[in-house]
Amino acid sequence: MRFAAPTDPTPGFFRPLRITLAATAAGLALASCSVIGGGGEDDSGSDAAASGSPESAGGKVVLVTHGSFNLGEDLIADFERETGYELVVQAAGDGGTLTNKLALTAGDPPGDVALGVDNTFASRALEEGVFAEYTPAQRPDGVAAYDLPGDDGSHLTPVDTGNVCVNLDTAWFTDQGLPRPSTLDDLTDPAYRDLFVTPGAATSSPGMAFLLATIAEYGEDGWQDYWTDLLDNGAKLVDGWEDAYYTDFTQGGGNGQRPIVLSYDSSPAFTIGKDGSSTTEALLDTCFAQVEYAGVLDGAENEEGARALVDFLLTDEVQAALPDLMYVYPVSDTVDLPKAWAEHAPRAEDPHTLDPAEIEDNRETWLREWSDLTTR
Amino acid sequence: MSPLDHGLSLDHVTVEYDGVPAVRDVSLELPDAAVLAVLGPSGSGKSTLLRAVAGLEPAAGTISWDGRSLAGVPTHRRGFALMFQDGQLFGHLTVARNVGYPLKLRKVRGSAASSRIEELLALVGLEGYADRLPGTLSGGERQRVALARALAVEPKLLLLDEPLSALDAGLRERLAGDLARILRESGTTALMVTHDQEEAFAVADRLAVMRAGHLVQEGETADVWARPADAETALFLGYARVLTGAAARRVLDAARAGTQRAGTQVAGGEAAPVVAVRRSALVVDDAGVLTGRVLSATVTPDQVRLKVDVSGIGELDAVAGPHRHPGAGDDVRLRIDVARIAPVPGRDVPDQ
Amino acid sequence: MRRTAGLVALAALPVAVLSVFFVLPVSGMVARGFWPEGTFDPGQVLDVLGRPRTHRVLWFTLWTSTAATAIAVLFGLPAAYALHRLAFPLRGLVRALLLVPFVLPTVVVGVAFRELLGEGGPLGFLGWDGTPAAILAGLVFFNTAVVIRTVGATWESLDPRPAEAAAALGAGPWTVFRTVTLPALRPAVVSAASVVFLFCATAFGVVLTLGGVRYASVETEIYLLTTNLFDLSAAAALSLLQLLVVTLLLALSARLRATPDGAVARGVSRPRPLFPRRAARRPGPPAYGDVLAALSTLLLLLLVAAPIVTLIVGSLQRSGGGGWTLDNYQALGGTGEHDALLAPAIDALVTSLRTAVDATWMALLLGGLVALVVTRRSHSRSERRIRGVLDGFFMLPLGVSAVTLGFGFLITLGPLRSSPLLVPIAQALVALPLVVRTLVPVLGGIDDRQRQAAASLGAGPLRTALVVDLPIVWKPLLAAAGFCFAVSLGEFGATSFLARAEEPTLPVVIFQLIGHPGAMNYQMALAASVVLAAATTVVMLLVERLRVPSAGAM
Repeated sequence: MRFAAPTDPTPGFFRPLRITLAATAAGLALASCSVIGGGGEDDSGSDAAASGSPESAGGKVVLVTHGSFNLGEDLIADFERETGYELVVQAAGDGGTLTNKLALTAGDPPGDVALGVDNTFASRALEEGVFAEYTPAQRPDGVAAYDLPGDDGSHLTPVDTGNVCVNLDTAWFTDQGLPRPSTLDDLTDPAYRDLFVTPGAATSSPGMAFLLATIAEYGEDGWQDYWTDLLDNGAKLVDGWEDAYYTDFTQGGGNGQRPIVLSYDSSPAFTIGKDGSSTTEALLDTCFAQVEYAGVLDGAENEEGARALVDFLLTDEVQAALPDLMYVYPVSDTVDLPKAWAEHAPRAEDPHTLDPAEIEDNRETWLREWSDLTTR
Repeated sequence: MSPLDHGLSLDHVTVEYDGVPAVRDVSLELPDAAVLAVLGPSGSGKSTLLRAVAGLEPAAGTISWDGRSLAGVPTHRRGFALMFQDGQLFGHLTVARNVGYPLKLRKVRGSAASSRIEELLALVGLEGYADRLPGTLSGGERQRVALARALAVEPKLLLLDEPLSALDAGLRERLAGDLARILRESGTTALMVTHDQEEAFAVADRLAVMRAGHLVQEGETADVWARPADAETALFLGYARVLTGAAARRVLDAARAGTQRAGTQVAGGEAAPVVAVRRSALVVDDAGVLTGRVLSATVTPDQVRLKVDVSGIGELDAVAGPHRHPGAGDDVRLRIDVARIAPVPGRDVPDQ
Repeated sequence: MRRTAGLVALAALPVAVLSVFFVLPVSGMVARGFWPEGTFDPGQVLDVLGRPRTHRVLWFTLWTSTAATAIAVLFGLPAAYALHRLAFPLRGLVRALLLVPFVLPTVVVGVAFRELLGEGGPLGFLGWDGTPAAILAGLVFFNTAVVIRTVGATWESLDPRPAEAAAALGAGPWTVFRTVTLPALRPAVVSAASVVFLFCATAFGVVLTLGGVRYASVETEIYLLTTNLFDLSAAAALSLLQLLVVTLLLALSARLRATPDGAVARGVSRPRPLFPRRAARRPGPPAYGDVLAALSTLLLLLLVAAPIVTLIVGSLQRSGGGGWTLDNYQALGGTGEHDALLAPAIDALVTSLRTAVDATWMALLLGGLVALVVTRRSHSRSERRIRGVLDGFFMLPLGVSAVTLGFGFLITLGPLRSSPLLVPIAQALVALPLVVRTLVPVLGGIDDRQRQAAASLGAGPLRTALVVDLPIVWKPLLAAAGFCFAVSLGEFGATSFLARAEEPTLPVVIFQLIGHPGAMNYQMALAASVVLAAATTVVMLLVERLRVPSAGAM
């Protein structure tokens, strides 16, 4: 046995047949699988638009939005059919990422319309001159109530709204014979020690909303003490909403151990038990209101198309579909809520709010203080 | 066979790779302070045998040292040292630290270690090389370092795997002499495997020939040389031709004619119908009893090498002194140098 | 100087691509930090470097990355030995399985880990959830595969004779390992450790998910500063800090990687059977080292398997609890509960595969060129230095924040930024270092005289490459292709930022599913993750079949 000779990986000097086969196979694979080569049969319309296909005679409208955006195939098809534009959606990151993306590219935007800048970020976007002026000619009843104070609908059009609220596992409290908490104060009560889980303000937009709720409730100088108490009482901080809800919440489907979680006022509509009632409940005194806006981007290539899309977002068709698609309430009063929502997810009537300008001015300070309080 | 009290004994040793035997039933003894060369073509199982002695291959049969079986003794506890064809120096260590490696393992430190290293480097003729890295050395220098490293802790048995084969001819010859001297001087018991018979002759005092896993012959170097066990062994030992029948008889007769005149004996002559002849066995000599016609001649500095059609035998190699210049077509007379022929036991005529 | 011209021509494409898609975006973002209001104002950047919080964040990043790297190496070495030097049943499958974590999306692994480590999980008693211990466990889970593949490939081709010589000189197994094997493995270990360190230092999801947002690393801090605080000066400061650390690390590792005599002897050793058919014939007692390595590998397998099994079990559960079902897998053909997705998950798998094809050929093309340039024999010290710098240059994308790069794309790439090719290009940048590290040792091992012989026989450079290099390199090339493919399948950070909503890749879909209420969506996300893991395993098993010693070796 000789160990000296290294194996020669090529038994033959050169194998033309094999190489030809391999090259052919690779070529076929490339041609049929690649994004470039295989664009033909299943393309979403963008290539068709470029080649002047009849149903997108008006060209492309590019919608820039966040990763949770979802309009559904049917609505997109309807929009394209009604307007003749082809809709291209660029969706990535959360509300903060989206806002920063827009701010960085102000004047030379990566699309025509933005959807998903919310009331906590809107001031910054306006300050950076991201949006062009546009107010839809027909605004359904109720929309005006959600206009951003100071902008009043001149640039930003409200599209949907939702409230971030503390949620409870009702069954758990019944089983334990423990009275249910109902206020933010209750969460620092030792009786509810180690029961609450919330996503962090720095990494999650509902987490940020919860921080703003506490600031609205306890004031600019009081919220820090509240958070200290909250953490001392065993509140658990996690990365994102999905972490809190699915992993730590007792009704999340996993083996979670915490019956109090930060979620939305619509969440109870998704936890209908076998008896037809919801196993969770939103604490309506703990809510912070979020409104998402759409707007035509300054410097948009297809301004006409952009306006058409903003108009479309306020149609009854879209507004009625929002709850099921994006778990948010419509801003329009003219559409009905889905049945499960109407029954199980009553809206918070008087959620906490903060002036967007105040949020913009203090966001950095608040987040830094919060980070210093919570990170080690 | 009871194992030697002093030295290495192999008793019916067999080594298999995946069920294919590489060493078959080898029994062998190596007394203390002797140097044994295991000679064989590549694939003969000689390296495997060496690895089995080192404890690197599992073997059936008994391998013992000083009468005690080595079964169950791992390589690093056998007290042997192993030197490979290409030295296998540790590339990340300097020459001194390579040589000092086994010393460190045995907790020899400080000035004791450094003076021993110096001594060893002097022994192999590499004074002043202590701080060099192996990558900067020539092949011969590397082998010397490897030898010094192997000798550092005075191993009970030094195992040499083709120690000189990777070197060029001149260097090999020189190092072989050095190696023989160093082994004698240090009184080291050594087992060397090689495919090069000259290397074996130069270094070893005992010779074992292996072929296809079998040990075919073993004994004093001179004895093995003079009496190859069979035709194939003879050819492997460097004999140019093995003659049989009438041709063999004619050579032996001619040899006997020469010895009568010179007063020496041709061993085993009568019984052997087979004889091995070296290239220089036939010498052009006007007093010779054989005749032949020169087919070709090549001049070398020392002698003239000839191919001669010898009457009654056929084509054979022959030599002539440098002062004679027989050319192709010349008729010459030839005598036999008896030290350069060997009778071969006749039962085993090669069929290849 | 035809040589120089040829070198420049070969290097031009990869350097251009890296300049446009890496240097330009990153410097664009950093420039925003230095020119906050259009005027040069480095004061803010320097100010950030002095903040105690910055020091804390940097320190946390350094110590967790170092610790995680050390643990990954500690686990990876015995496993590399067991998987590449010992023979046992199902070895190929175990090798492929251990690579799966490397490509799983962080979101999913985070959930799986927290199912295990969380307060109610089977390992909840450890109390690791939300602590640095959980972060370390996650980092080790993701990165041990890198060590195993890199070191294993080298170990497999390591000449066994120096170790045998040492053993014959009286060195016990541990001493042999410490004094002979380890130094020979050092370049591979250093390569692996530096790559793992880069992955750890730029880990994002793991730190946030498993650390319960209570811990900040440089990467999470850049994210926070960029997307929430809009403090681009501070982000630029940290990005520069990151680049500095990465460059130092690469320089250090290049130095540590260099062996004194340049060439590590290569040989081939047969894997030793872990369970010999006939007992007691091997000299010496049973190899405790082998048993130990096998046990440690088994432990690692359990560690890796636990979260994956959690995923599989979850994916087979009926939503809302109660009973086993395949519904979640069937649901992948649709768009999820309440249409959580724009496109069916199964389409996303197709998109993922197609994107991976593009990313793969790009990475192979660029990586191949880089490897060619880097391995050609240098004729001068400066030429060698240039090659060394090039080598390190292509490692940089691993060490720089995805957030910085993503936003940099937006502000510097103009019309290119909405190209569908951006996703595969970004993925190719991530896979590029792996390709280079796979091909360089193989190309470097080709005796240059073979090329010279071919050239002297009249072969042009292209023909020389075809005749000499390609036959030796084509298998490693295929293996690197498999590795790229798997990396591309799992890439999430850059992809989620750049992918178009109608054509998400599978990891993006998993993220969307898990981010939407509806229990079925969660279960579907688990099922999709299992599909992704399975696709990866299949790709890696195919690579295994090619049996290329240096596949994935960095």
